[in-house]
Amino acid sequence: MKNTSIILAFVLCANFTYSQKLKGSDTVLPLAQKEAESYMKANKNAKINVTGGGSGVGISALVDGTTDIAMSSRKIKLTEKMKLADAGKSFKEATIAFDALAVVVNPANKVSQLTREQMEGIFTGKIKNWKEVGGEDLQIVVYSRESSSGTYDFFKEHVMNNKNYATSVLSMPATGSIIQSISQTKGAIGYVGLAYVEKEVKALNVSFDKGKKFVGPSMATAKDKSYPIIRPLFYYYLATVEKTVRPFVDYCLSVEGQKIVETIGYVPLTK
Amino acid sequence: MIVGLLMLSSTITSLTVVLIVFFLFKEGVAVFEKKPVEDGYTIVINKNNKVRKLTSEEIKNIYDQKTTFWSQLGAKHDSIILFRVEDIANFYTEDQIGANFENLPSCLSSIVDSIPGIIAFFPEKYLAKNFKGKQLDIDKVSLKEFFGGEEWYPTAQPSAQLGVKPLILGTLWVSFGAILLALPLGLAAAIYMSEIADERIRRIMKPLIELLAGIPSVVYGFFGLVIIVPIIQKIFNLPVGETGLAGSIVLGIMALPTIITISEDAMRNTPREMKEASLALGASKWQTIYKIVIPYSISGISAAAILGIGRAVGETMAVLMVTGNAAVIPHSILEPMRTIPATIAAELGEAPSGGLHYKALFALGCILFVITLVINLTVEFVSSRRKGGNH
Repeated sequence: MKNTSIILAFVLCANFTYSQKLKGSDTVLPLAQKEAESYMKANKNAKINVTGGGSGVGISALVDGTTDIAMSSRKIKLTEKMKLADAGKSFKEATIAFDALAVVVNPANKVSQLTREQMEGIFTGKIKNWKEVGGEDLQIVVYSRESSSGTYDFFKEHVMNNKNYATSVLSMPATGSIIQSISQTKGAIGYVGLAYVEKEVKALNVSFDKGKKFVGPSMATAKDKSYPIIRPLFYYYLATVEKTVRPFVDYCLSVEGQKIVETIGYVPLTK
Repeated sequence: MIVGLLMLSSTITSLTVVLIVFFLFKEGVAVFEKKPVEDGYTIVINKNNKVRKLTSEEIKNIYDQKTTFWSQLGAKHDSIILFRVEDIANFYTEDQIGANFENLPSCLSSIVDSIPGIIAFFPEKYLAKNFKGKQLDIDKVSLKEFFGGEEWYPTAQPSAQLGVKPLILGTLWVSFGAILLALPLGLAAAIYMSEIADERIRRIMKPLIELLAGIPSVVYGFFGLVIIVPIIQKIFNLPVGETGLAGSIVLGIMALPTIITISEDAMRNTPREMKEASLALGASKWQTIYKIVIPYSISGISAAAILGIGRAVGETMAVLMVTGNAAVIPHSILEPMRTIPATIAAELGEAPSGGLHYKALFALGCILFVITLVINLTVEFVSSRRKGGNH
């Protein structure tokens, strides 16, 4: 009897201290971390571990079964779906927030709007001077993130029509150094998350319909989806563990969870 | 017993070095056994297309829509139609493909068969048994492509571009510039401290210079980005301040303490009798330094130079922050450059272990190793000859 109760207590304990693991995108990481912290504060028994590594790393961990939730800053790729299908696993997807990317230039730059085609030209190296897009006669200096970043891929797919960046693009190790460089280089252009837009740089209005309508990045335009360079952030989890991870996912989607989204600088879901 | 222990520790050290070098080259050389297209993927074209083989550069130009007609590659005048496996949604519904992609191979096969100008990229296992197209023949990464290629796009889909020439040149330019700045300055400071400065000044200066060595490299990088980069931009009136020169200056400052302390120690080891004998023969102070102190301590000075260069060639973080990291062939030191260590540091984290990109980064490590080895051997050779001549 005593033995059983000890075992029972042990099982209960193990159950309560079972820690959920989240792995993946470094973009989602700060958000998930904050959500996890306040979730654990509200539910004393819950334990959540959040680690980064990149969206691809998270999803491959989901395939291997080394994480419960994969955080991703892009939609799961067909090839990754295939891998999951091969492993005989079905998955669920939850959109937890949106992230808007702002295209920024030096504040001294007179250009204040660009079309998608112009941005494609600039980032692929076809357009080299600001006077080609209505600015002064000044060489364009393009800053980008390193190729390992999910933002690099998203921008390439979404804005550059899947073409490769020009070789002359300067790649910076972090968003902070992009801001620093753009603020001190007159002909600079680059992209950063909406949360990073400060007064040292100027965010451009962009148009994805060949110049009919230009929209500037802000929390409001991102919320009503009129700003085009916006990407959803996802959680992916296996259907088999839905019961254990659902409470946390629900928390992230709740009013309280979405409030955290906005404090981190991402765009909350609109209902 | 003690002799044995000492021998053991030196053996272990040398063994470790040999092991590391072996591991580096084993991983690095493997890049030449890989194809530039990701493992398990294939590129196919319509069976009536005359093209048999494409280089990875041609594939990249096709997918960047720089090459838009097959006639540019020596086939019929059809415009090239790009197809990635994600595009399947435009042709078939999810039901037609099947929940577990069981119908995907036949769908792909009929798409490739029906469009004459198609080039399609998808996983090899979705190649139908009776596939109606033609698989492109793709060569392994060649030495010529690797060392002669001028484009570095290790993550480009479908075919990676692994030209390391811009990276090697970037590394050489930045390190050469650094040593050009640091060596004269460092030697001058060492001479001043060991021969001219009085004890009190030396006591203040030496710890200050040694303090330079203790500053973390990220701090140097940040200092470079915020202070040196804008200054260079202003002085030379450049469109962009992140240049090889900014890297050289930061690296030069970082190499200074090594060069100064080691060469100063070597100079101070010059026997007092020799210096006094020189002065007694009527040589001036400068003549004594030039004819006695420097020749006597030349091996220490060259050791200082080697270690300084070693630091410059291998330094990562500071360079990553200030040189702009654009993988272009540099024509002057006032252009952005990408160095080998910065490339490895920025990309290794996300490169899938064992893949093409991963091996390519190890191959870069091998190149870096060879560069340092050659520099060390040259300096060693030159200094030993100089010494032999003087005695």
